[in-house]
Formats: sequence, C-alpha cells, structure tokens
Amino acid sequence: MPKNKPDLNYKKEIMKRRTFLYKLAAVSGITAVSGYLSLAPENWPLSLKDFTGHRSHPKPKPFQINSFAVPRPVSKADIGIGRQGDIMTKLRKAIDGIGGIEHYIKKGDVVLIKPNVAFDRIPELGATTNPDILAELIKLLLVDCKASEVRVADNPIESPHDCFEKSKIGPTALSNGARIYLPDSNAFKILNSPGTVLIEYWPFFARPFNGVDKVIGLTPVKDHNLCSASLGMKNWYGLLGGVRNQFHQDIHEIVSDLAVMIKPTFTILDGTNILMENGPNGGDPSNVKKGDVVMASVDPVAQDAYAFRHLLERSELPAYIMKAQEKGVGNMNYQGRVKEII
Amino acid sequence: MSFFNSPKIKKMLRITNTRIVSQVFFFSLFLFFCWATWVSRLEGFTVSRLLEFDPLVGLTTALATGTIYRFLGWGLLILLVTLLFGRVFCNWVCPMGTMLQFTGWLFNILKAPDRIKSNRYRPMYFFKYSLLIIFILMAIGGSLQIGLLDPIVIVYRTFAVFISPLVDHQIIDPLVDLTGNTVASDWLSAFKFAPGVEERIFNGAIGVAIMFIFLLSMNFIIPRFFCRVLCPLGALLGVFSRFAIFRINRDVHKCTNCDLCLTRCEGASDPQGQLRLSECFACMNCIDDCPEDALSYRALGLDIKQVKVKPDISRRKVIYAGVLGLLGAPLMRINATNKDNTFDPSLIRPPGSVEEDLFLAKCIKCDQCINACPTNVLQPATFAEGGFSGLWTPVMKFNIGHCQLQCNLCSEVCPTGAIQKITVEEKLGVGPFNEKGPIRLGTAFFDKGRCLPHAMQIPCVVCEEVCPTSPKAIQTEDIEVKDAFGNIVTLNKPYVLPDLCIGCGICETECPVKDQKAVYVTAVGESRSKKRSLLLKNREFSKPQG
Repeated sequence: MPKNKPDLNYKKEIMKRRTFLYKLAAVSGITAVSGYLSLAPENWPLSLKDFTGHRSHPKPKPFQINSFAVPRPVSKADIGIGRQGDIMTKLRKAIDGIGGIEHYIKKGDVVLIKPNVAFDRIPELGATTNPDILAELIKLLLVDCKASEVRVADNPIESPHDCFEKSKIGPTALSNGARIYLPDSNAFKILNSPGTVLIEYWPFFARPFNGVDKVIGLTPVKDHNLCSASLGMKNWYGLLGGVRNQFHQDIHEIVSDLAVMIKPTFTILDGTNILMENGPNGGDPSNVKKGDVVMASVDPVAQDAYAFRHLLERSELPAYIMKAQEKGVGNMNYQGRVKEII
Repeated sequence: MSFFNSPKIKKMLRITNTRIVSQVFFFSLFLFFCWATWVSRLEGFTVSRLLEFDPLVGLTTALATGTIYRFLGWGLLILLVTLLFGRVFCNWVCPMGTMLQFTGWLFNILKAPDRIKSNRYRPMYFFKYSLLIIFILMAIGGSLQIGLLDPIVIVYRTFAVFISPLVDHQIIDPLVDLTGNTVASDWLSAFKFAPGVEERIFNGAIGVAIMFIFLLSMNFIIPRFFCRVLCPLGALLGVFSRFAIFRINRDVHKCTNCDLCLTRCEGASDPQGQLRLSECFACMNCIDDCPEDALSYRALGLDIKQVKVKPDISRRKVIYAGVLGLLGAPLMRINATNKDNTFDPSLIRPPGSVEEDLFLAKCIKCDQCINACPTNVLQPATFAEGGFSGLWTPVMKFNIGHCQLQCNLCSEVCPTGAIQKITVEEKLGVGPFNEKGPIRLGTAFFDKGRCLPHAMQIPCVVCEEVCPTSPKAIQTEDIEVKDAFGNIVTLNKPYVLPDLCIGCGICETECPVKDQKAVYVTAVGESRSKKRSLLLKNREFSKPQG
C-alpha cells in the first residue's frame, strides 16, 4: 500500500507582523467598546447599562398648544346671534355681533375649522355639522379674510372617509378650497394640557395643528344621551385619540376639560338644524327641529348655556357648564352679553 | 421598411417582449384594482373583474349553486382564448404567474446546464389535475374550496390582508412622517391602499402570508412550482388547451437536440421533444433561445407527431382523485360549526350574505369584501368561526370595528354573490324595503357582570350613545344610587330591545371594557336565515311623542 507522503517542497506563508497587529487592535477595540457600552455606569456618556430596567421604558414626548384666542373688540358683545335671511347672512350677523371676521382672522393666517363629523349620517339628520354653513365659513375665510389656508379636521367615531363623505363635509370642504385632515396613523401625538383633570397627557389629533394660527369650532346643536346636550365645548372631543370611550364614566369632567385643553379663536353654533332627541346621532328626520339662529362666541361657557336654554329649550344646565366655569374657562351668566342682530 | 428590418429593432419587437408588456399591463391593472378597492376611490371601478373573468370561479360556483352570478359568465372569454392560443393566460395575464416568474428571474442563481435540468418535465406535475378533480367534485357536493389555491384568488387575498397593511404602515407611513405636513405627504398618502384610517389589522394574515411566501420560495427548488404542480386554474386551462389552434411547433429537420430551448421554459413542457401541450404556457422563451430557428408558434403546418395533447394523468389517478373529491364535501359537513343548531356565535356574516350553506357554496375567500371594508370589521375567518370550510371567508369582528350603517361596499365588490348586491335602502329597510325591515347581522347582549353601571355603580352608557337606530335599540333604566364612597350617582343601566337591534356591533366596538366586552353581538337573530332567528315576532313599537 503506497502511503501518502508529505509534500516536502511545499512552502508555507506566515502572517505578516503588520497583519497580526491589525488583528490585535481590532480584537481589543471591539472588546473595549462593547465592554464600555454594556458595563459602564448608567450616567456615563453613551452607556447602555440599565440596571433597574427603568431606562427601557418608552418616554413619550408631549407637546403643548398655545391659545388661539383673540380678545374681542371692547365695544362688542361676547355672544353674537344672527337671525333671519339665508345661512350666509345669519353667519355674518352672528360674527359681526362679536366684532366681525376681519378682527379675528388676519391675512395669511392658517385657519383650522373643527366641524362635528362624528357619525355616518346625511346632513338632514342633524347629527353632523351642516355643510352649507361650512361652505360659507370657508368662503368668508378665504375670500374676505384672505387666509392662506383653511383646514378641516375631525376624528369621527365611525369610518373617517365615510363620515366625511356622507355628511357632505368632505366634498364641501374640498370644493371650496379647504384641505381635509383625516385621523390616519401619523395623526396622533401626546398633548400636555395643564389645568385639566382627566387629560393632562393624552393622545391628540396633532397633525392638522402643525403651523396653525387660528382655530374655529363649527358645531351643530344636539341632544346627548348622557350629558344632556352636545354643544360647542363637547365638539372638541373629536380631537382626542386613545381610549376615549372611558370618558363617559365622568362626562362632565371631560367636557369641561376640553374647554381648558383648547382655546379657540371663536366658536360657531349652528342652530338651524337642531337635534332634539335620540342624540347624539339621531337617525330619523323627525328627531330634528328647524331653527333660525346662528351663534358665534368667544366665551364657550356662556354660549353653551345660552344654546341649552334657548335652542334646545331646556331649563336645568348640565353639570359640565358649572365645571367649566369653575375651571375659569368662561362665565355661564350670559345676561346682557348677547348681541342679537335680526 | 429598413427600420423594421434592422437587427436592433427586430430584437426589441420580438414576441417575448410583447409578452412582458402584456404581463406588466395586467399586473398593473390588478394593482390598480387593489388600490381602488377603498371607500374613497370605489366609484364604479370594476375592482373584482379579474376574479369574475376567472373561468374556474365561474365553473365551480355554477356547479355548486346551479346558477351563474352577475359577471361570472365572462370566464368563457378566457376559455375561448385558451381554445385558440393554449394556456396563454398563465404567462401573459395571470398576476400570480407574473409574480412567480419575476421573482424566479430576479433571484435566479442557476447556470445554464442546471437551469435546463430544472425545466425538464417531472411526473409529479400531474398533481394539479388531481387537485382540480377534487375541487370540482367538492363544488358539486356544495363545498367550494377552490379559493384556497386559485391563483387570482390568492393574489387578491394576499394583497388585501398582507401586502396592503405592509405597504401602508411599514413603507409609506414612515415616509409621510418624515415629509411632515407638506404636499409631498399628501401625495405619498395617495399611494396608500387604505388612507385616512389608523392601522388596519387582519386576523390570521400570517397564515395567508406564510402560504404566499411558501409558494414564492418554492420557486428556488422548482421554478414556477405553484403553476406547474398546484394551480387548479392552470389545470383547467390545460385540459382545454388540447384543442388549441396555435401552438409551439418544432421543426425536427432543423433541430440539433441541443436542449437550449429548456433554459427558460416556464411550463416545463418539453419543447425539445414531443411538446406537452397542456403544460405549455406559450411564454415563447424557447423560440428566443433556439439557435437553429427550429421552434415557432403557429397554426398551420404543425407536426402532429411532435406533440402530446392530453394531460399526463393516468386513469387510476383520476379515479383516486374522484373518490377523494366525492368524500370531500360530506367530510366538510361533519362539523358542528356548519350546522344551523350548533353554529358558532361569532360566525357573523356581512350584510347581504346568503344563508350559510349557500354562502359556503359561493364564497371563494378572495377577501375583496375585507379589503373594501372601511371600518376593518370584516376579518378573514379562522377555523374557530366557520370550521375548515369557512377558512378565510369574511366574518365580522366587532371588537375591531363595526358595520357602518350607510355602507354597502362589501356587497358591491363580491364577485360571486356570497354577499348579494344590496342598496343602502335595502340594508336599512327603508323606502321600498320598509315591509321587509332592516338586514340584521345578529343581536346584542349585555354581560351584566362586566357592565360598569350594572356591576360597579359607575356611569357609562357609551353603547346607548352610539346605537344608530331610531329609536335606539339600547335603552336605559335610570336610577340614582348612593355608591360605596357616599356620592349620589345617576346610573343609566342599559338593556337591549332585540326587536330594534340590527346587530351592527358599534356598541361592542365602543364598549370600554376592552378585553371581553360587556355588550357583545352574536349571530343569533340574523335575518339571512329563518333557522337562526331569535324572536317569534318583533313587538310593535310606537314612538313616544315629544
């Protein structure tokens, strides 16, 4: 049996000294860096150490929004009410009552309108903001005030696209030159609202507020099964994200909190389609009463109190109005602060 | 005419390039349909057209139900094309075929000799004909399982529950976040399959995804594994392609037996010998690759000695598959979830659905309804709700979303009529449908041990607030109590009026007792089946005045 013999002519090649040093440097470098990152005390720069486990908890970065309020002219009233004429006339009269639209909106402003588009209902059912008044408001803002951009945003309870479509808010906003914001997956950020009880830190529909100068609430007047009435302050509920169905456990606290959370430039209440029963979503034309009033106000508390008494025609004010007054949002005593233009 | 004779132009205009143009066109059409299947875009677009033109869908639903729904007769067009040109559908039209061929091309690592080997015919390619026989006999028995493997159904389903959330939330969302609030972000959002909503979720998407990824990956072991081994639609077309007027023809006098025609043969149809006509996709690659110009695609002058027209499946295999197919449908019925007395409470079908037996004979699990649903309530079923025969069929999961009152999109996109086309009036039972009443999906029930006002003296009634009927189907009994902390609280204790409840499930969706809802909808009382009703009659409800 022939055995394999070693190849005596073979010449081996040894690693160069330089290569060896490179290798040595790489090994010690990797050891040093990984050793520092994992073993250095937590307060040392770049250390990844997390001895207690606390460092791994996510830390949300809350943001704040400023007040959008503009002081009303001294000679004017806190609540403006427009009666008679078509919807444009009524809207103009109402806003003239608090000082006129040009006082509040300056040329080049970016204005956000928050209608109520919570449900998948046609406008006639009174569960959502009337698209006619939205159209008129957008025209006022874009044509009369020369606002640079008008945005319309809401976070509905039902499917956003369908709610905007069926309530005609979406098509109306687009055809009048406004921009629509739907609550898509990039929309929410944690908002810090000092002075609130329930929502000091809460997911907020933040994307439409990016670079906004003025905010206007545009609200229908509605019956509500739990808090008796859904009016101007309750409308801001549509800016909340997160598990907002918990708020019904303390509905009056949350509605007054909402008024603390956001200080709008002014709020418009549309009293032409009043949902008198089966609220807040109605569902039958017989639930709706026709009215002849459009309200504008810089004091949401007084406005809601007035609308509750005079538009929904009920006597005992809901608790959230008192609570909002206690939190310093406004004054529910509207006597002598109303300017009615007929 | 020197322009068309120049070699460069001739190379560009060759038939394989025409084929690629056709594939790109049909794949883009499919992508457009998927994109347009969304509430803001679905304005008369015929988004389920590719399914309606699928002859296998038409054939099996016709066998299962005895009728041909809406546009399903158009599958004849594909059969006619097959009778004329062979299985061109597989390599010129089918989006699944295009995807498989594209990935096979992109990740191909085999060199020429191995590629030729991988494209030789293998005896196991008979298997698709067995599957076809089983599926057809099961359809005759009333159990439509074709959707598990029909390629058009697979691509629609995969894009609905797996690709679209992936693209929307893993690719486009981060980009939108980067671009901030600019026009660019609006443009990016327009490419999303489902813009304007928070993240969509699909139960069991992982199963659909694993199946798709498996089929894609099998490409590496056997090129076009799905098309050659499994595809029942390809098998059906293979049966019909025997009559094809046009086919690949080999001129034996020119052929040098180099086998180069197998380098890119998609169907493994033996163009180097006797062409297996039922396997040939008419991809035309062999014509490109033949150095001797021996291969051509033609109708006249065909050499009938160089073709095998019949599918390669023996009589014994046919009989065995037939026996399995005959057993299949009865086997599906040995299952409590498919019976009228023992059905699963969570088997809640979308509005417009036909009775369950007929539903299972019509639904192909394409999940177009699930893609179209704006609230994400429609989910592909797992084994729990509908048994094996109901896998990936649509069920409503009210913990995810609710059935929106004024919406009928699922019924509009359904290609087979498992969900019949209804109008919103019909759904709500108004106007001409007043007599019939609204379509009920189920009935709401309260779990009083978990309901906050009932069990814990805490006010809530979100359920009453969102109840969409007028008058509301959830009413409350209002009482004032002194709770354990000494506060006087008003409790509105909710209860259901089953006469008014339409089972839309918004109460369940919005109930704050998140994990196991205090109000929930089950299927009993659904109006599609008398056998699954709850009430003997609806009580007269006179509307309170004032």
